[in-house]
Amino acid sequence: MTIAQFAILGGLLFSIGVYGVLVRRNAVLVLLSVELMMTAVNINLVAFGRYFDNIAGQIFSLFVIAVAAAEVGIGLAIVLLIFRNRASANVDELDLLRW
Amino acid sequence: MVTMLSSAAGTLVAAEEVALSDGGALAQYAWLMVVLPFVAALVITLYGKKTPKGGAYIAVASVAFVLVYGLVLLISHWANPITHTENFNIATVGQFDIEWGVVVDGLSIMMYFVVGAISTASFVYAVSYMEGDVRETAFWASFSLFAGAMLVLVSSANILQLIVGWELVGVASYLLIGHYWEQHENSSAAIKAFLVNKTADVGLVIGALIPALIVGSFRFHDILGAAVEGNPGIVKYGFIIGLLLFIGAMGKSAQFPFHVWLPDAMAGPTPVSALMHAATMVTAGVYLLGRMFPFYNSVAIDVLPIVMWIGGITMFIAGLLAIVQDDIKRVLAYSTVSQLGYMTAAMGAGAYTAGLFHLFTHAFFKSLLFLGAGSVIHAVHSNYMSDMGGLRKYMPTTFWTFGIGSLALAGFPLLAGFFSKDEILASLNYASSHGTPSATYVMWIGIVTAFVTAFYMARAVFLTFFGEYKGDPAHEPHESPAVMTVPLQALAVGAIVAGYFNVPGIFTPFTDWLSGREFAPGDHHPESFDVFVLIAGTLAGLAGIAIGYNFFFADGESQKARDSRFRLPKPIHTLLVNKYYIDDLYMLIVEFIRRPLANAANWLNGLIDAVVSGTGILTASIGRFVYEGLDQRGIDASINAIGGGTGEAGAALRYLQTGKVQQYAAALFFGVLALVAAFFVWTSI
Repeated sequence: MTIAQFAILGGLLFSIGVYGVLVRRNAVLVLLSVELMMTAVNINLVAFGRYFDNIAGQIFSLFVIAVAAAEVGIGLAIVLLIFRNRASANVDELDLLRW
Repeated sequence: MVTMLSSAAGTLVAAEEVALSDGGALAQYAWLMVVLPFVAALVITLYGKKTPKGGAYIAVASVAFVLVYGLVLLISHWANPITHTENFNIATVGQFDIEWGVVVDGLSIMMYFVVGAISTASFVYAVSYMEGDVRETAFWASFSLFAGAMLVLVSSANILQLIVGWELVGVASYLLIGHYWEQHENSSAAIKAFLVNKTADVGLVIGALIPALIVGSFRFHDILGAAVEGNPGIVKYGFIIGLLLFIGAMGKSAQFPFHVWLPDAMAGPTPVSALMHAATMVTAGVYLLGRMFPFYNSVAIDVLPIVMWIGGITMFIAGLLAIVQDDIKRVLAYSTVSQLGYMTAAMGAGAYTAGLFHLFTHAFFKSLLFLGAGSVIHAVHSNYMSDMGGLRKYMPTTFWTFGIGSLALAGFPLLAGFFSKDEILASLNYASSHGTPSATYVMWIGIVTAFVTAFYMARAVFLTFFGEYKGDPAHEPHESPAVMTVPLQALAVGAIVAGYFNVPGIFTPFTDWLSGREFAPGDHHPESFDVFVLIAGTLAGLAGIAIGYNFFFADGESQKARDSRFRLPKPIHTLLVNKYYIDDLYMLIVEFIRRPLANAANWLNGLIDAVVSGTGILTASIGRFVYEGLDQRGIDASINAIGGGTGEAGAALRYLQTGKVQQYAAALFFGVLALVAAFFVWTSI
């Protein structure tokens, strides 16, 4: 397997994540799309770490997974509270910070 | 009587003799005399309105103390000459000690007694005279201040203190002359007195500073000592110092040409005139000459003829002026100027004792005359002799006391003025044969003035007390109350006996009193009567009275009839009525100086104004330019533009802030894409 295949897989996953973030209205799905983008990054880290024979890539991906878990925890908690307040979790309705 | 007096004094003092050898406690506490009138003035100022008669009794008590203390001192001094000086250091400025001192010696003791005696008489008299006055309290405060100021002057142990007393006397006299300031002429008289004195005081101050700078001390003791010992600096400047001090003395003692203030000073209440003319103010100049006499006699001997001639001129011209006055107080005022001329002439002839003796006797009869005139004015409510006449029937006590005073002033034999005036004339005659030949002329002026004096006093007495009453017929004059006549009687006794304290060659305690001092002055006077002068002076006086009698004595005759009999040649009369035009001359000089001075000052003021205004206008226009041009249009505008621009930009750009997370994310994404694209474009170039 060549490095290009891993890079293409990472790029596809990242693009799907970007698409999900920009298009989905449900906050939970937006968070899921963010997870997809992180997964794409992890694949790239591990692949290039292997490719350059550098263990740092794998170690770094473990850190990213840990941070992503924490980020998803906080993100879901926020989404849950917003839902409780507004009976909706649609991100396009959450525009309190606009001009 | 003479022996009785001396033996009485002898026994009185014998008991205290041991204690008083150097003055003792009596001399040490002499400062009480100086301080008490000031305390009285202060107490009256603070509480006078709450005490009966505006504090009159406090004032009387203070001067009565001075009289008693002065009398005790005088008797002690007579028995055993006292020469004592108390010095209290106030401050030290550089090499100079500023001190307050009290001199107790023959000269000052004589003055303490005179000031005390005349003040007591005038104060007691004024209790009734000033009763119910509009400013009774103010009067008593100023009157006490007047007496206290004179005591500061005569007690001074240094020339600085003398100047302080001198100026205090001036201030008090200003307050008292202007007592009835509602009338403009009275306040003018006060200002005139003050200004004329100030002019002469310039001489005093400079004349006091020069010897102090040379000797390094203000004390009379040091200055006179330096003069007597022949300090080269003092010898060098002796003439100019003597002249300057004499100019100061001329101002206070109303010598020609500074005499103009004294007749106008009549504007004050009559007791003030009595005190001013007899003891407190005009005697200051003669006292200064007496105090500095050892100086004049050693290093300023060339000044003495000038002093003598000024005295001679003054006595004559002032005597003539008294003839044409209708205001009885003005007659007496010019008479005072004339008599001061005698004293000054005596000083100038080197007759220290004779000059001060005339001061001593004159104090009694002149205060008597003024208080008598006040009594008359009180009864008639007019100062003018043309409103009087025939008053001897209504006011017998005033008449006989005034008569004694007039005779004493006229030099009637065996009254006070006879002895003192004769001594002055004899001293002038003596001086003419002992180094000052021109004294002969002054002596003859003195004899002629003695005639003039007798004449104008006869005129005053006859016009006032003889003939018929010419005043308001509805208002019959009456004798004054006892509180006014008793001082008159006491002073009349003084006017009779004062002369016997210095009978040449027979009984001369006064000479001994005055020689009991430091640096006893070398006195020039004959040891016995000068028969020629005695006869000439007496005859002149008697002739004056006789001619006055001839012109003015006639019971039941009108004023007009008398005046028509006595007629001076028209030009002379006009000259005298206008006071030799000296006042007009002064006004002319003042005007001559005042106008250009005022114009120059005005011009200078305009110049200064222009500079100030120009600077102001320039500053204002610069300020306006900076404000409008730089601040408002430059700095403010750019700051506003930045602020405004930021606001505008914010207003325009804020719509980017939609609050929609996905739009932000999209922007981020496409931004990164754009950056990557740019990166590729950049690297591929």
